[in-house]
Amino acid sequence: MQFIKPDVNIDIIGKRKIAFCASCVLILISILSLLFHGGPKYGVDFAGGTVIQVKFASSANIPDIKKGLTTLSLESASVQSFGEAGDNEFLIRTEQSEITEQGFSKKLQAALKTATGSDTEIRRVEMVGPQVGKDLREKALFAMFYALLFITIYISGRFELKWVISGVVAAALMGAVYLFSMLNLSIPFLIITALIVSLVLFWFLELKYAMGAIVALIHDVTITVGVFSIFDKEFSLPIIAALLTIIGYSLNDTIIVFDRIRENLRKYSKKPLEITINRSINETLSRTILTSLTTLVVVAALFVLGGGIIHDFAFALLVGILVGTYSSVYVASPILLAWQEFGKKR
Amino acid sequence: MKNLTWRLVIVAAVIIAALIYILPTIVPDMWPHKKINLGLDLQGGMHLALEVDTHKALESTIERTGHEIRDFLKKEHIRSAGVERVNGEKLSVKISGEDADKFDEILNDDFPGLRIVSRSDEGGTVSIVLDLPEKEAERIKLMATDQALETIRNRIDQFGVSEPDIRKQGENRILIQLPGIKDTQRAKDLIGRTALLEFKLLDEVHDPKAAVGGTVPPGTELLWQIRVSPETNREIKTPYLVKKRSLLTGAYLTDARVQIDSQYNEPYVGIRFDRKGARIFERITGENVKKRLAIVLDKKVYSAPVIQEKIAGGEARITGSFTTEEARDLAIILRAGALPAPVKVLEERTVGPSLGSDSIRQGLFSMIVGGVLVVIFMVIYYNGAGLVADMALIFNLILIAAGLAGFQATLTLPGIAGIILTIGMAVDANVLIFERIREEMALGKTPHSAVTAGYERATLTILDANVTTLIAALVLFQFGTGPIKGFAVTLSLGVVSSMFTALFVTRIVFDYLLVNRRVRRLSI
Repeated sequence: MQFIKPDVNIDIIGKRKIAFCASCVLILISILSLLFHGGPKYGVDFAGGTVIQVKFASSANIPDIKKGLTTLSLESASVQSFGEAGDNEFLIRTEQSEITEQGFSKKLQAALKTATGSDTEIRRVEMVGPQVGKDLREKALFAMFYALLFITIYISGRFELKWVISGVVAAALMGAVYLFSMLNLSIPFLIITALIVSLVLFWFLELKYAMGAIVALIHDVTITVGVFSIFDKEFSLPIIAALLTIIGYSLNDTIIVFDRIRENLRKYSKKPLEITINRSINETLSRTILTSLTTLVVVAALFVLGGGIIHDFAFALLVGILVGTYSSVYVASPILLAWQEFGKKR
Repeated sequence: MKNLTWRLVIVAAVIIAALIYILPTIVPDMWPHKKINLGLDLQGGMHLALEVDTHKALESTIERTGHEIRDFLKKEHIRSAGVERVNGEKLSVKISGEDADKFDEILNDDFPGLRIVSRSDEGGTVSIVLDLPEKEAERIKLMATDQALETIRNRIDQFGVSEPDIRKQGENRILIQLPGIKDTQRAKDLIGRTALLEFKLLDEVHDPKAAVGGTVPPGTELLWQIRVSPETNREIKTPYLVKKRSLLTGAYLTDARVQIDSQYNEPYVGIRFDRKGARIFERITGENVKKRLAIVLDKKVYSAPVIQEKIAGGEARITGSFTTEEARDLAIILRAGALPAPVKVLEERTVGPSLGSDSIRQGLFSMIVGGVLVVIFMVIYYNGAGLVADMALIFNLILIAAGLAGFQATLTLPGIAGIILTIGMAVDANVLIFERIREEMALGKTPHSAVTAGYERATLTILDANVTTLIAALVLFQFGTGPIKGFAVTLSLGVVSSMFTALFVTRIVFDYLLVNRRVRRLSI
């Protein structure tokens, strides 16, 4: 069985302008949504606060639960149902982070039982104090940054065979971050600055593959974050893990296409770049689609069957894999071509 | 072919080793005794991050020193206008001018560690402000965290949690992991209580009820006794006026255990002092017959019996209408000792056991469904070669499980997600190889040379592609905690084992079929 015939030659590169517009629109929507929502919506891991997952023995409704919470002076808590409808499970969220001290769960159980008339089981409590939340936020952002740094070194070293230059890039990046961190910039700005610095460095050092890969990564992460923002989902530690995995996965795809481009450049050195790139994408298209399909199948299984706790994590992976597959075909490789059009040598 | 035999031996050895590592998880107590650990999110349990209020430890040291100075002043008959703790961590002493020399002598002889911050002489009264040098203050703060860690470890050990993990983090934080614990609230109360036991005399001159709304007489403090009536289930709060000065503390305890009062059939906690404590207790009770002595724990009065006679032997009892469970927990914390400073819960993550087992069930179920779908798909798409890839996939899962057990890594819910993701990505290496083989065959090569070329050309690509995922996984491992670390571990294990199975194991099958069995047509 074959989805893609071996002699296929879809004009992917020719449609790059359409793809470029589509990507730009998606990124713009993502940024607008983030601005509209006032930045990413942080969950308790990063913002501090408390989440309590409760399960009732028989059906319960949100107003009754809220009434029960009022007796514990938790009026400001939000209540939402969780998981399948028949589960009678609810998430109670509050910004307070000191409510779980001394005898709290017994009081909560008693209050909810009085209010709803149903036995309550407290299945999960997550309380993060404001200081810890801030620490976790910084740690998560640094994780994103270091992943980016190491991947940058690897790509520029591996594809341009310029290990010395890649070392220089890394050192420059670290130096720039060190300098900017002395200005007491907040970490999100620091990361954005680091990204801009690395893009500028790639431009001047003519690391076109690294440029293509990193632009694709930024593209994927921005859109995934944007989709999260549009659906008003919360960022938690597992979502950061999902984003890092997406980075790894998207690169994995991109590198396979790039590998083929390098191979074909040697093979058909006389042909125009445009044709070689298009041919390379087509040759690897079968693999790209197959792998994305198998990965999507298992992640979809996780999304549907994995239960409420892993739901958002699986959602992030689902979006990331779709966007990552698209970007390795329509974003990363056309960047190589754009390089030539801007007058830089091959 | 000799080469093939050797490769088969290696693969067989790896499979056997992997199975040996997996067995203990399925059959308990098998050699090598390395089970796959389940994370707190899968088996239920509690994760706590505590902060030790080290400033309080410093303050209580200063407070204690103040008491000692007061005792010296009394002994030496120095008239003083007061010894007081000011600004939390400083001590102010006011004495009349003529006794200043005598006081300096005491300072030099008995309190050489104290630093004089300021000294002034106003109208015949010398006021001196003292504190501890920074180095000493730092040492006390560090000690407080270490002591708190030790005390908490003692309490948890006596409470009985299997495989608790308690460690210090940074300067004043303590991380606690209690897997499988069910009554989390009770554990938290046990860990978090300061458990400072004090014996204080009651102020029987003033009326405590008057003090509730009005002023508290100097040298005394208002404390409450809180009892829950077993009949009505209601809290009864009684105010007590006690002298601030504590006569004896829990520091002299050697033992505390639950006993049952034969008269009322109610549990109480019997405590025993060491020799020095017993002597102090004997003196206090001898000097204060017919007075009331309050037993105070964490600023709460438990009981205030009238001293009937001098009590020798160093035994006392704490009563207070306990349940057996409460009495047991109280005995544990008294035995383990007081925390040198109060602790605050900074982070708490509790997962109930039922949620944990639901998570495992759903996680494994989605893994099986996803896996079966991929297996079927591969056979449909690649026919015979798909079967080889499926075999590699199953082998891959065995290796991940063995790796988890062998490295004693912890399997978490995101970890299961990591395995599921690996199932999808594991076939990627095979897909790359198979697509290459198909390309080579399309060029008209024989199956054998097509397979050889396919593997050779795909190898570098596979390495490149996987290194990036590995980089992301390693970063996650470095920065992640708990469940995220578990995800990083399974992802890395999955990447490494999928490279091994795709590049090494499946090749053996092809080589065997094409060389030894001389298969002419490749089902791919």
